[in-house]
Order: sequence, then structure tokens, then C-alpha cells
Amino acid sequence: MSAEATLDQPKRHPLSAWFLRWVCSTNHKDIGTLYLFFSLAMFLTGGVMALLIRTELFQPGMQIMQPNTYNNMITMHGLIMVFGAVMPAFVGLANWMIPIMVGAPDMAFPRLNNWSFWLLPFAFSIMLSTLFMQGGAPNFGWTFYAPLSTTYGPPSTDFFIIAVHMMGVSSIMGAVNVVATVLNMRAPGMTMMKLPIFCWAMLITAFLLIAVMPVLAGAVTMMLTDRHFGTSFFNAAGGGDPILFQHIFWFFGHPEVYIMILPAFGVISEIIPTFSRKKLFGYSCMVGATASIAILSFIVWAHHMFVSGIPLGAEIFFMYATLLIAVPTGVKVFNWITTMFRGSLSFETPMLFAIAFVILFTIGGLSGLMLAMSPVDYQYHDTYFVVGHFHYVLVPGAIFSILAGVYYWLPKWTGHMYSETLGKWHFWLSTIFINVTFFPMHFLGLAGMPRRIPDYALQFTDFNMVATVGAFGFGLSQLLFLAVIYKTIRGGVPATAQVWEGAQGLEWTLPSPTPHHTFDTPPLITD
Amino acid sequence: MANTRSPEEKNKRLLKWAVIIVVGMFGFAYALVPMYNVLCKAVGLNGKGYTRVDVQAVTRVDASRMLKVQFLTTINSDLPWDFKALNKEVEVHPGKVTKVHFYVKNNANHAMTVQAIPSVSPGIASKHLHKTECFCFTQQTLKAGESMDMPMIFHFDRELPQDIKTITLSYTLFDTHIHPVENNLEIRS
Repeated sequence: MSAEATLDQPKRHPLSAWFLRWVCSTNHKDIGTLYLFFSLAMFLTGGVMALLIRTELFQPGMQIMQPNTYNNMITMHGLIMVFGAVMPAFVGLANWMIPIMVGAPDMAFPRLNNWSFWLLPFAFSIMLSTLFMQGGAPNFGWTFYAPLSTTYGPPSTDFFIIAVHMMGVSSIMGAVNVVATVLNMRAPGMTMMKLPIFCWAMLITAFLLIAVMPVLAGAVTMMLTDRHFGTSFFNAAGGGDPILFQHIFWFFGHPEVYIMILPAFGVISEIIPTFSRKKLFGYSCMVGATASIAILSFIVWAHHMFVSGIPLGAEIFFMYATLLIAVPTGVKVFNWITTMFRGSLSFETPMLFAIAFVILFTIGGLSGLMLAMSPVDYQYHDTYFVVGHFHYVLVPGAIFSILAGVYYWLPKWTGHMYSETLGKWHFWLSTIFINVTFFPMHFLGLAGMPRRIPDYALQFTDFNMVATVGAFGFGLSQLLFLAVIYKTIRGGVPATAQVWEGAQGLEWTLPSPTPHHTFDTPPLITD
Repeated sequence: MANTRSPEEKNKRLLKWAVIIVVGMFGFAYALVPMYNVLCKAVGLNGKGYTRVDVQAVTRVDASRMLKVQFLTTINSDLPWDFKALNKEVEVHPGKVTKVHFYVKNNANHAMTVQAIPSVSPGIASKHLHKTECFCFTQQTLKAGESMDMPMIFHFDRELPQDIKTITLSYTLFDTHIHPVENNLEIRS
């Protein structure tokens, strides 16, 4: 892999060659790889925190940590998984795949691309360093509601604010790159309606990012000035309003959840046709559904705030708007099923993950519908039912789509086939243990167990024990994933250019592994 | 035409638009603050909807109901003032005009100007609260060590929802030097 680096710079010290290759790289494939490895590291870090949380919850009473440490863990787990694991993974996949899917030589702004990646390790170093600070890490949950994060936030909150600003800048620059590449760098003849569906999903996600990350930046800036510069945006005593924080946060936060799931829809919509050996059913409907979900995401934010005392009329509006999202989402689920219908299915690991995604994401979607109904939300709000819901859409949803995408494209990236046996073990263990972990949370929530507590009433013990066992099973199964990646990079059966029998698209016309520079002259798209 | 531009030019244009949108959305987050305040005032949310009555309104008293009105006082940050409600709690009928008193004292060794910011809980009651006179309408300047008795005259109208039985009026005292009052919507009305 360093062949080209050594060709270009024959007399360099190995370390400086490494530095030039990876730190100074503006190549979209290198940056995509960096994003993916960074995301994997964050996934494991956040995962360890999740296991600490589950250990604490194995039994009622305090087990291994102080309540404040528990709050640090849930806050960091949420922030790391959302901003460190899921979002960079999709940007990594976008970096790797969009240029070779649309026939472009690289992303539109290669240097910007380098910068947007390299902001992340620094942002997360700052974020993680708060764990070792006097006064402790942020302890107010990933939603950092005021006044918990303003009046009562620990001193390290300011480091958290800086870190959020940095990852916001990184996401915005990454998104601008995606938009420019998809809109301006397509090969001649590739019209928008011939665009691979993954590129469509990333394009729409990038628009969402450009629209809402600045709102998040605004929210944390207001927090900063409230904390140190005498403003009272969120301080009731100063004429401000803490509820306003929730409105601003969720105006960012709800589009944010689609930022984490629309790219997943894109990945799944690439994989299912390949292993069904059919074209994607209803391509234009899929594009339309993705766009409608994105637009609707801006008018549903207050469904996170049904119990905050908003007027009845607003509750009804936000309830119906939220339920409306089920329509385009349903279109997508039915189109995936119809794509598989009467196809010549084969069940390689990416397809298994994709099918599990369709089933398990739909379960998460249905519990979302339950939560969307304002009258019943009064019962479910802030219980483990919510925790069960969003873990169903994020773990067997977003994370499974990332795993599916990695298995699907790994032979293209490395030139080696992964071990199908290990992949299948990884899939089945993950799927079984995910359900063991998160399904009992629905029952706990319905029975009234609140979220974000380190200790709980005795009657919740059994289901919590089951969830903890599942969590450790799921966590340990990911070691298999590490083994698969390591083995596939090191060697394996050489992959063909097309890799999968049913694979269609420009990226599969390139040799495997993909050369470092591709499509220097744009291909002509005719069909 | 768009097609005649080189990809570099198109990318530059797109970058320009992206920067405009990003800056605009950052501004939008701040624009949400006044929008929210206007909306709250319009629909009486979060205790921001009460009205100021300039002349003594003629109201009919609804003697069939009794309301418990409680008064809370808070001092913002480290303001060296005493501030308390002399009537902690009063019982009134809707429509009955009532006068209560508050006490303030400046413990600082220099003259200071303060402003009280009111809030009503539950928020929906604020639409039915009418104040004829309130110290929160104006700023108070007291010399070092000076104290003052401040009256407040109010009534609730008869349309106050039946389920509301207890109402809390809270006032927070601010140093106008640190917190310029122009930011506070309430005072302008």
C-alpha cells in the first residue's frame, strides 16, 4: 500500500512516509479509510462505556460506580456513538464510494476533506479528556438540556462545547464536499435519476447536515455565553427560558436522527438489489421517500417535548406530522421487500445484515409510532421504552447498515474476500444478542423503569440481567468483526472486479483492490 | 448556462452558497429566541402572556371560587440586595383587585439600579392576569443601604380556567448594569 508513497518519495524516513501518506493525504480513498478506522475506534470506546453502564445495571443497588460517574458514562456513550461512531462511518463510506460510484477522480474539495477528517481526532481527544478533569466529565446526558448544562454543568462543559463546535465544523465541511461531488463531479451521461441510490441518500443527508449543524453550533454558543458572559438565553431567572433550549436542540436533534438513518437506507438499497439479482424496486419512489423524510424532519421536533407543557394544538400538530413520516418510511420498507420478492436471493453476510436491518429497523420504527402518539407518550416518556426504541433504530438500524456496507465493499477496498464463515458467525451472534439486549428494555419501560438512573426498583431486576448478558454477548461478538477486518486486509481469496454476481454500477467495473487513483478521465455513461 | 462552467467554477459557487446557508442557519438559531418569545406571549405560554392594565378595570367578582396566589422572590447571581414578598400568599376571588407589598433593600455601599422580571406559573394563567401597578414595570434605583416598600396591584379575570386553584407569581431581581433590560420583552409592553 505504501508502494506509491515510496515511489514518490524514495529517500524519506518510514515515519515521515507514513505521515505524508495518511496525515497529509487528500485522496478520497485514504480519507475514507481514516474515517472508517476512526469510527471503529469510537464504536469500541463507546461500546466499552455501554458495557460499564450495563454492568452497573446488572443488579439493583450500586455496583461499580458512583451515580455521577454513571451520568458521565451515559453522556459520553451517547455523544461518542452519535458524533464519533455513526456519523463518521457514513462520511467514510461516502468518501470511499461516492467518487467511484459517480465516476469522479476524487471529492470536489480534497484539502477540505483532509481537514474535515483531521478535526475529528482532536475534537474527540478534547471530549474524552474531560473524563480526567477535576469536577468530572459532562454528566447531563447527550441532549445537554439547560439548566443542567448551563447553571449546573461541571467546568469541563466548556471543553465539551469546543469539541461539539469542532465536530460540527467537520460535519459541515464533509457535507459540502458530498454535495459538490454529487452535483458537479458526475461522469458525463450520469443524470440525477441514474445516480446510485446511496449517493442520493448521502446528498440528502448532506443537505440536512448543512441546515442543522449550524443550529447546534448556535445552541452550544448560547450555552457558552449563558455560562460565562452574562446572557440569559436559557435562564428563567434572567428572562430566558430553559424550554427554549429544548426547542433549539430538537430543531437540530430530529433532523440529526435522520442524518444517522438516511445513509443507512442508501446502503441497504444498494445491497438488497445485488443479492436479489434484480433492480431496486421503485427507484424514483425511493428517492422521493428519502427527500420527503428529510423535509418532514424539520416540522416534527416538538414530539420530543410532549410533556414539557406545550399547548394542546401544538401537540396535535406535532403528533400528526410525526405519524406522517411513517408513510415515506413505509414506502421504503415495502420497496425493499418488493425488490426481494421473486428475486434469486443468496444470503452472503452483507445480505443477512441487510435483511436483519429491514426487520429490526421496522420494529424500532413501530415503537417510534407508539411514542409519536402524544396521549400515550405521557406514559412512555423518559422510560426504558424510549431507550429500547432508539437503540433498535440505531444499532440494528444504523450500525447494521454500516456493518453490511463494510462487508459488501471490503473485497473492493482490500482486493480480498472476507471469511464468509466468520462473517456469518458475526452476523448471527450480533443479531441474537442485540435482541436479547434491547427487546427487554421495552418491557422495562412499559413497566415504568425510568431511563438515566444507576439504580432501580427490585421488580426490574430480571429483565435488566437479561439485557446485560445480551450486551456483553453483542460487545464480544464485535471482536469477530475485528478479526474479519484484520484477516481480510492481510490476505484472503482474491476478489474479482465485480465481486458479487449481481452487483451493478461503476464501482464494480474497477479492479479489486481499487487503484489509488481512479477515473482520471471520466467514464461515459450510456445506459 | 450552467453547463458551460468548468467544474471548479461550479464548485466555488456551491461553496459560496453553502457558506451563506451555514451562516444563515447559525443566525436562525438566534432568531428562534425572539420568535419563541413573541409566540409565547401571543399564546400565553410559560407565563409570558399577562397584560398590563393602565386604568382600574371594572370587573365583576366571581365569589364562587377562591384562588391561592403565592409570591416568590429571587435575586439573580450575586446581587447584594434583600428582596422579599411581605405577603407570601393571598387568597382572592377571580375578578377581585388585590394589592400586595414587596420589600427591597440595597446592601451595597453604592447606589444601584435593579429591575424585577416577572413570571407566572402555571403559564396558562398568565393570560388571565392583569396588573394595574407593578414594580416590575419600571427600574428601581436605591442609594447605599436604602430600603423601599413596593406595591403591586393585580387581579385575575373570570375566564381563568376552572382547574387552576393555585397560582405562583415569581419575581427575579436583576442588576440592570450587568443585564441590560432592552433584552427583556416584558418591560416594553
